[in-house]
Amino acid sequence: MREPVTLITGTRKGIGKYLAEHYIDKGHLVIGCSRTEPDWRVEGYEHFQADVADESAVKAMFSSIKKKYGRLDHLINNAGIASMNHFLLTPLSTVQNVLNTNVIGTFLFCREAAKLMQKSGYGRIVNFSTVAAPLKLEGEAIYAASKAAVITFTEVIARELAPFGITVNTIGPTPIETDLIRSVPEQKLQELIKRQAIPRYGNVEDVANVIDFFLKQESSFITGQTLFLGGV
Amino acid sequence: MREKVSAIVLNAINDFNETYGKQIPLELAEDIPLFGKQGVLDSLGLVSLVVSIEQTLEDELGVSLILADEKAVSQRTSPFRTAGTVIDYICKLMQEETQVCESPSH
Ligand SMILES: NC(=O)c1ccc[n+]([C@@H]2O[C@H](COP(=O)([O-])OP(=O)(O)OC[C@H]3O[C@@H](n4cnc5c(N)ncnc54)[C@H](OP(=O)(O)O)[C@@H]3O)[C@@H](O)[C@H]2O)c1
Repeated sequence: MREPVTLITGTRKGIGKYLAEHYIDKGHLVIGCSRTEPDWRVEGYEHFQADVADESAVKAMFSSIKKKYGRLDHLINNAGIASMNHFLLTPLSTVQNVLNTNVIGTFLFCREAAKLMQKSGYGRIVNFSTVAAPLKLEGEAIYAASKAAVITFTEVIARELAPFGITVNTIGPTPIETDLIRSVPEQKLQELIKRQAIPRYGNVEDVANVIDFFLKQESSFITGQTLFLGGV
Repeated sequence: MREKVSAIVLNAINDFNETYGKQIPLELAEDIPLFGKQGVLDSLGLVSLVVSIEQTLEDELGVSLILADEKAVSQRTSPFRTAGTVIDYICKLMQEETQVCESPSH
């Protein structure tokens, strides 16, 4: 059986790094990207240095993937940035950065990946949202709004891509201890976690478990869905 | 250059036939009706064909064009009526960008 080709964005560290290792262990050919070079390498993994919001870099990356692998089975749009601030104090440049990475990056990768996937009539795309969207987390207006955009975007393109055999779903993690939430005060995180049905931090294995499910061939009847962790 | 574009478009239609088991009549060459009243493509078919043409243009000529943007969709006579009108439209876009296409023959 041929190995699945899996593209994961934001693999330098955090959840993305874990997912890259996880899918290499499962025998996938894994391709990743981030703005800066990772300090790790594993066999069976290829890295691109690219900003997910840079259209020409993204196109060049896909062109190289097409040449080398000729196909793409899975896309995991993990790259994301957050910003914690009262919205009255948020500079426009922060808003632009957050939207660029979280929304435009997700859009570009979905578009280019689906072009490749539609040729083989098969594909699995998983996008990243957060519980900060449904929980209306104060102090994260732009981050939560960008991740709400990802949910709606996923729901619409799931319909547009269904005829091509491509499913598109979203995972909504709870707080997980990575650099992303390092600047959020512990008390704020605890307040957030208390609002979950299961009040604990999430971990990378919880995320991988949901993505494993979305990527399964048997999940062909599941699309346009958002699965929140922790019972949110 | 127009000949190259024409070959790319007709090739893309050929690939499309093979991939989706369709029978767009290639012998009509540039007169193949694509989309619209007499068209052989439904809207989904048009999306796939446009994607395939865009990708081949990129692979073979190194040009990256968006064929179905608001400008194309809002034109009174669609550039996607026949293979010939698509070829003309691509040449026009390329001319605007790089001045490389000869002017269309019809
Ligand atoms: N951790 C949480 O509590 C939590 C909760 C809910 C949802 N999430 C979501 O989970 C995803 C991963 O988060 P994380 O916790 O792993 O964050 P992280 O530890 O900060 O890692 C983010 C990763 O994305 C890359 N990245 C950021 N911006 C990029 C860009 N413009 N282009 C390319 N790569 C970019 C980073 O590498 P470079 O800096 O080298 O580019 C890094 O590898 C995000 O979408 C996040 O919103 C996380």
